Amino acid sequence: MITEPQTNYQADDRGYYGDFGGAFIPEMLYPNVEELRSQYVQIMQEPSFQKEFNQLLKDYVGRPTPLYYAERFSKKYNTKIYLKREDLCHTGAHKVNNTIGQILMAKRLGKNRIIAETGAGQHGVATATVCALMGLECIVYMGAIDIERQAPNVARMKMLGATVRPAMSGSRTLKDATNEAIRDWINNPVDTHYIIGSVVGPHPYPDMVARFQSVISEETKKQLQEVEGRENPDYVVACVGGGSNAAGLFYHYLDQPEVGIIAVEAAGKGIDTGESAATSALGREGIIHGSKTLLMQTPDGQITEPYSISAGLDYPGVGPMHANLFRTGRGEFISITDDDAMQAGLELSKLEGIIPAIETSHALAIFEERKFKPDDVIVINLSGRGDKDLNTYIEYFKL
Amino acid sequence: MNRIQQKLQENKKLLSLYFTAGYPAINDTMSILQQLQDSGVDMVEIGLPFSDPLADGPTIQESSTAALKNGMTTQLLFDQLKDVRKTIDIPLIVMGYFNPMLQYGVEKFCATCAAIGIDGIIMPDLPLAEYEAEYKTIFEKHGLINVFLITPQTSDERIRQIDAASNGFIYMVSSASTTGAQSGFGNTQSDYFKRIDAMNLTNPQIVGFGISNSDTFQAATAFAKGAIIGSAFIKHISAHGANSVADFVKTIR
Ligand SMILES: Cc1ncc(COP(=O)(O)O)c(C=O)c1O
Repeated sequence: MITEPQTNYQADDRGYYGDFGGAFIPEMLYPNVEELRSQYVQIMQEPSFQKEFNQLLKDYVGRPTPLYYAERFSKKYNTKIYLKREDLCHTGAHKVNNTIGQILMAKRLGKNRIIAETGAGQHGVATATVCALMGLECIVYMGAIDIERQAPNVARMKMLGATVRPAMSGSRTLKDATNEAIRDWINNPVDTHYIIGSVVGPHPYPDMVARFQSVISEETKKQLQEVEGRENPDYVVACVGGGSNAAGLFYHYLDQPEVGIIAVEAAGKGIDTGESAATSALGREGIIHGSKTLLMQTPDGQITEPYSISAGLDYPGVGPMHANLFRTGRGEFISITDDDAMQAGLELSKLEGIIPAIETSHALAIFEERKFKPDDVIVINLSGRGDKDLNTYIEYFKL
Repeated sequence: MNRIQQKLQENKKLLSLYFTAGYPAINDTMSILQQLQDSGVDMVEIGLPFSDPLADGPTIQESSTAALKNGMTTQLLFDQLKDVRKTIDIPLIVMGYFNPMLQYGVEKFCATCAAIGIDGIIMPDLPLAEYEAEYKTIFEKHGLINVFLITPQTSDERIRQIDAASNGFIYMVSSASTTGAQSGFGNTQSDYFKRIDAMNLTNPQIVGFGISNSDTFQAATAFAKGAIIGSAFIKHISAHGANSVADFVKTIR
């Protein structure tokens, strides 16, 4: 179900979240983006769309995902911690909620060719999956360096029938893969839909992706009502790369001031080391991939390359919704180093029998520095499972 | 009247060239400009390099990356151009992406351009709506002409809006593509060129993207007022050096 709450923290009709957002796109992209912008809300609200979307989320993705009370983990930090189990989604992360929504959108727009960007490969796999499901051509752009680092996900995409094209320009990682996908869209303006992987890019993408991911907080409300007798937790916590799993968990709580919002960024080796991805701390207002938002850049406005041990968090920008949560103070932003995240990932594995994605481990690591009351109810988005990160865990812990 | 507007009134087809400032070498800017003027080029787009040029093909991506590696910045380009009007009198346009302009400060960027004697600006990722809402008054205060793009996919209605918002020329992108030299134009292009010509727009059109030689220049200017060459020129100076500008221009007309 996609519902429509009225809040101050949502996009306005020009795609602005406060000072952030908009559509800073070259004219070559205007027809594509305008076609989407003028139709996305209406298409999403069609009963036939909702029916198909909900059916696939249930039967194919495996929703609703459990809201699990992590008893031993809670005991350790003397507070009440629930985990929203997006790691149990088909393909292993929340990313598929968005790709299911966008593939249905693409079909209704009459598109038969799908392009996507990917960093670690999670969004690429989720896109290749829905393209296989719908029988559509799929081309995934991936930085040449990431292709080397993430061989298993490259193989998965190939098994699913997708073509993986290396991005050879710039720093040859996620931002360059995104540039290549945008260039592909410029060169193929009629038959192609671009499935962006997070709440980034020009309007309407941040809002559209947030709506598709909002199923996370919609379910959380109902589930929390059943176990705690109230819909609203005291805090919602999620890691932020571009910000889609966070947008999904925050969505229905944005306008509930009693719910604290905590966004967790990757500090990498430390905020001041020059090897970090903590955009809220290190970024300034600027334009990346068609959106005005906070981004890491040189004084001259050249976009810089972030660093994190987790490939899903090393995006130099952040979605405009989150830039606005940061600027207005509605969200609390915490950054977590590689080392602290890795320890938290190991800890959850040992205490709860759940091996999280390293992205997610960042959100799990806040309890060493951020203290909560014993009766606080905290929901953490367990955005993905750790299978894809096994090599990194093995190398790091010498397993 | 602005130099661009004056040039557009001349009774000839205009040849405009694009190059990336800071490429091949950091200090080539003034020498390339002088050679372009001396070889009879009508107008120049000076490219301000950007780390993520998403409307550009491989040639301009690579020249931009190299220019940034060489140390080009917005301020350095303006410093290099400080005395440009002592020797160069053809119209000059700065072409780049919006983020470096935003970081420099839109007001300061425009004021500096005006002080130097820059005549116009092309920012492909500063769209019409954002320009009109936030920045138009600043550009106009400094007498800068903002140039908008149209493509074969742009609707007639939007072309009319862009025509109304323009006060120099319309940059007519030849095909649905990023920048990059093509070997020729097909029927799609000539239909598009004819369609736009038949709209009788207020602003003349200059065709860019995919113009690489005399044939494509002739085809593009059969209807339009002029044409812009970028990638093919950059390829030429990559192969033959920054002092070979005249050799390239001679092959075009
Ligand atoms: C498991 C997981 N969590 C989080 C992210 C970060 O993306 P976002 O901030 O859009 O949720 C990724 C990205 O690949 C991911 O795979």
